[in-house]
Amino acid sequence: MTDDVLIDMQNIHIEGFSDEEWHPIIKGVNLKLKRGQVMGLIGESGAGKSTLGLAAMGFARSGCRITEGRILFDGMDLAKASTKEKRTLWGSRMTYVAQSAAAAFNPAHRLLEQTIESAERAAAGPNESNGITDLTQDAVELYDALKLPNPDSIGDRYPHQVSGGQLQRVMTAMAMSPRPDLIVFDEPTTALDVTTQVGVLAAMREIVDKYNTAAIYITHDLAVVAQMADVIKVLRHGEEVEEAETREMLASPKEAYTRSLWSVRSLEKQEETNDDEILRIENVDAAYGKLKVLHDVSISVPRGKTVAVVGESGSGKSTAARVITGLLPPSAGQVVFNGQPLPAALANRNPEHLQKIQMIYQMADTAMNPRQTVEEIIGRPLEFYLGLDGAAKERRVIELLEMIELDESFLDRFPSELSGGQKQRVCIARALAAEPEMIICDEVTSALDQIVQEGILQLLLKLQREFNITYLFITHDIATVKAISDQIVVMCEGKVVEQGMKSEILTPPHPEYTELLLASVPEMDPDWLTNLLKTNAVADLQK
Amino acid sequence: MHPVLSTVLKRVGLGIVTLVIVSAIIFSSVSLLPGDFGESVLGQAATEDTVAAFRKELGLDEPAITRYFNWLGAAVKGDFGTSFSGRSASGVDRSRSVASLVGPRLYNTLFLAGVTAIVAVPLALILGLTAALYRNSFYDRSINAVTLTTIATPEFFVAYILILLLSSLWPVFPSLANISEATPLLERLNKIALPALTLTLVIVAHMMRMTRAAIINLLSSPYIEMAQLKGATRSEIILKHALPNAWAPIATVVAFNLAFLVVGVVVVEVVFVYPGIGQLMVDAVTTRDIPVVQACALIFAATYIVLNLIADVIGIVSNPRLLHPR
Repeated sequence: MTDDVLIDMQNIHIEGFSDEEWHPIIKGVNLKLKRGQVMGLIGESGAGKSTLGLAAMGFARSGCRITEGRILFDGMDLAKASTKEKRTLWGSRMTYVAQSAAAAFNPAHRLLEQTIESAERAAAGPNESNGITDLTQDAVELYDALKLPNPDSIGDRYPHQVSGGQLQRVMTAMAMSPRPDLIVFDEPTTALDVTTQVGVLAAMREIVDKYNTAAIYITHDLAVVAQMADVIKVLRHGEEVEEAETREMLASPKEAYTRSLWSVRSLEKQEETNDDEILRIENVDAAYGKLKVLHDVSISVPRGKTVAVVGESGSGKSTAARVITGLLPPSAGQVVFNGQPLPAALANRNPEHLQKIQMIYQMADTAMNPRQTVEEIIGRPLEFYLGLDGAAKERRVIELLEMIELDESFLDRFPSELSGGQKQRVCIARALAAEPEMIICDEVTSALDQIVQEGILQLLLKLQREFNITYLFITHDIATVKAISDQIVVMCEGKVVEQGMKSEILTPPHPEYTELLLASVPEMDPDWLTNLLKTNAVADLQK
Repeated sequence: MHPVLSTVLKRVGLGIVTLVIVSAIIFSSVSLLPGDFGESVLGQAATEDTVAAFRKELGLDEPAITRYFNWLGAAVKGDFGTSFSGRSASGVDRSRSVASLVGPRLYNTLFLAGVTAIVAVPLALILGLTAALYRNSFYDRSINAVTLTTIATPEFFVAYILILLLSSLWPVFPSLANISEATPLLERLNKIALPALTLTLVIVAHMMRMTRAAIINLLSSPYIEMAQLKGATRSEIILKHALPNAWAPIATVVAFNLAFLVVGVVVVEVVFVYPGIGQLMVDAVTTRDIPVVQACALIFAATYIVLNLIADVIGIVSNPRLLHPR
C-alpha cells in the first residue's frame, strides 16, 4: 500500500425520505481516513454525522440512500457495491459500535454468542484468517482488556443482566473480535452517566490503540471527542464546517459555528441566596413497592433561586421530584411549602397547592398531547387555575408565547410541527401559565443540542429574574449546573451527599462522591483523560 | 422457587379463577334463555301440576344458587349431569348422561382441530417468515393477497367452493364427513380432508400475517441493524435475530386460532355434516337441553383459557428477562 489511506469518501451525497419526499441529508462531504487514525465527527443532531459514519461502511439506514459520490475502501467502491459484496466486509473488516448498547444487543442471546458471531462468520468467509483459532478465548481476553469484571464468565450472561457501561464495553469487544481495519463508534457513551463514561472512554481508547485500528468516532460532545480523536471534523446541516488536528481545533477553531458549540460551557450564573425558604423536604424516605429509593433526604430551597440536584441515574433525584409533586407519597418525612406541610398524596392537595408547583419534563415530546394545538396546551392551565376564557385566554396565551420568545403564529401549531427547543419552550410556557411560585425542571435540557440548551437556560434565567420563580433543577450535567444554579444538592444512591452554595460545592475539598462526579466531567483538553487516568481516581473509576 | 415457575403458577391460578367466573356467567345466562323446558316438552295442554312435578324431577324448582353449586360441584368431578332430551310427556326416560353425549363429539372436534393445526400452524409460520424475508417482493404481495382473500371469504363459501372443485369437478375427496366411532383412521382422514382444508384456509391467513408483522416489527430494532452491520444475511437476521424475540405475539395468535378450531367451527360442521361439538351445542340450545349447553359452553371456555395460558407461558419462557433474571 503506497499511501496509507484506508477509506476515501469523495463528494458524498445522501438523501433521506420523509413527508413523501427525498431530502438531502449529506451534501457533498469528503472524508479521508488513514490506517490507525481516529477521526471525530461532531455536530448537532440532524447534522448528518451518524448518516455519514454509517456511509463509511457503505450502509444507508432504511429510508436513506447514497445518491452520489465514491466510498473507496481497499479498491472497492462501497457506494456501488452490492449488499452481498459489502457483507463480506461488515463484521470482518469494518464493525460498528452503536449508541444504546441496551438496544443494540439482541435480548435473546448470550453476550459471548453475540461477541464472536461476526468473527465466526468471518472465519468461514472469503477473507484471510486473522490467525485467531479460539474465538471464545480471544473474547475473554478482549473482555479482560476492556476491564470487564469476571471476563471468564460475563459472556454467559444475557444483555439485561449487565449494566449499561459494561454492555458498552462488551459491544466494543464485539466490534474488536474480528480485528477490523475500521470501527465506527456512533455516540457510544452518550447514554451513560459521566462517572461510567470515563472508564468506557479509557477502555475504548486503549484497545483501539493496542490493535492500531482506524476509527470514526461520532459524538455531539466536543470534550469527549477531544480525548478520543486524532483529527476532528465538524458537520452542520450535512456540510463540513471544518476539519483539523484535535489540538489545533481546540486551540483555535476557525469557524464561528465551532466556537459556538461549546459556548454553553462558558455560561455561568452569579450565585445568590436568601433566607426566605419556599420549600423544605424534611427527612423523607420513599419507596417503589419494597424497593427503598430515598433515605432520609432533606433539601431546602430558597425563594426565587435555583437549586440544582445532581447525581447519576438511579441516585433518586427524579424520585425526590415525584415526592414533592405528590405523585409518590413518602413513607416517612414531609414536604413543607411556604411554611405549611403539603398533603403527602396528590389526591389530597387542593388546586392552589397544584398551581404553585409546576413541572417541566425531560422529553418535551411525550409531555404534550400530540393532538392539541399550542393554544390548547398553554390555554388549559389558564382555564383550570385562573378561570380565563375566550379572548382573555387567547391574549394571555399570546403574552406567554412572547415571554418564551415565540409569537402568535405558533397558536395553531401541533407539537409535531415544532423543533425540539420550541417544544421545550412551549412546555415552559405551560408551566408559567399557572403562575407558579416554583417550577421543578427534570433534566429539561438533556435531550437538546448544546446551542439549543443555551437558549433554554438563558430563557429560564430571564424568567426567574422577571417573576422571581424558584427552580428545582434536576440534572446530571455539571456544565448545566454551573450555568443555572445558586445552590447544589449532590445525591447518590438515594441519599443527599451534600448541599450548599455552588461555589462551596464546586471548590475542593469535596466528599469522595462529589470528587468522582466532578472529576469525571470531560474537559476540553486532549490530555484530560490521560492525566485523569494517571491520578488515583482511576482505580475507583475502573471498578 | 424460580421466578418463572411462580409466574406460571400465578397464571394457572388466575386461569382457574377465570374459569369459575365464566362458569357463573354461563350458568346465569343459560337460565335467562327464553321459554321453559318443562312446558316445551309437555306441550301447551299440560296442567300446571304436571309441569311442576316434571320441573321438580329435573331439579328446576330449586333456587338458582343451589342449582349452580350443585352443578359446579358435580362438574368438577367430571359429572355434567343428565341430558334433558330423551324424556317425553309419556314418562318414558331414554335420557343419556351429558358426558356420553358430549364425549364422542368433543373427540371428533379435537381430531379435526388437531389435523388442521398440524397442517396450518407450520404452514402459517413458514409463509409468515418467508413473507417477512422477502418483504415487498412479488412473493410477499401474492401471499398477502391470497390470504386476505381467504380471510374475507365466509367459511361456508370456501367450503362450497372446495366441494365444487375437489369433490364434484375433480372427485378427490368426499364431500361428506359423516364419520362414526367405527370409522378407521385412514378413512377418517380422507373424510375430514375437505373440512380440514377449509379451516386451514380460514386460519392460516391470520397466523401468517401476525408472524410476518411480528418479525417486521422487530426489523427496525437497533439490534437488527447491528446484526446487518455484523454481516448477517437476511435469513440469519430473520431466523436467528428476529424470530427468538417474536415468539410471544406469534404464540398468542396461534392459541387464538386453535381455540377457534374448537369453538368456532359449527358452520363448517354443518356444511360437511361433521358430527362435532358445535352442532351438538346448537341442537341443545334449540331444544333447551340446559345441561348439554352448559357443558359445551364450559368446555369452550376452558379451551380458550388453557390455550391462552399456554401462549402466555411460551411468552414468558421465550423472554430471557424472565427466564434469566438478574
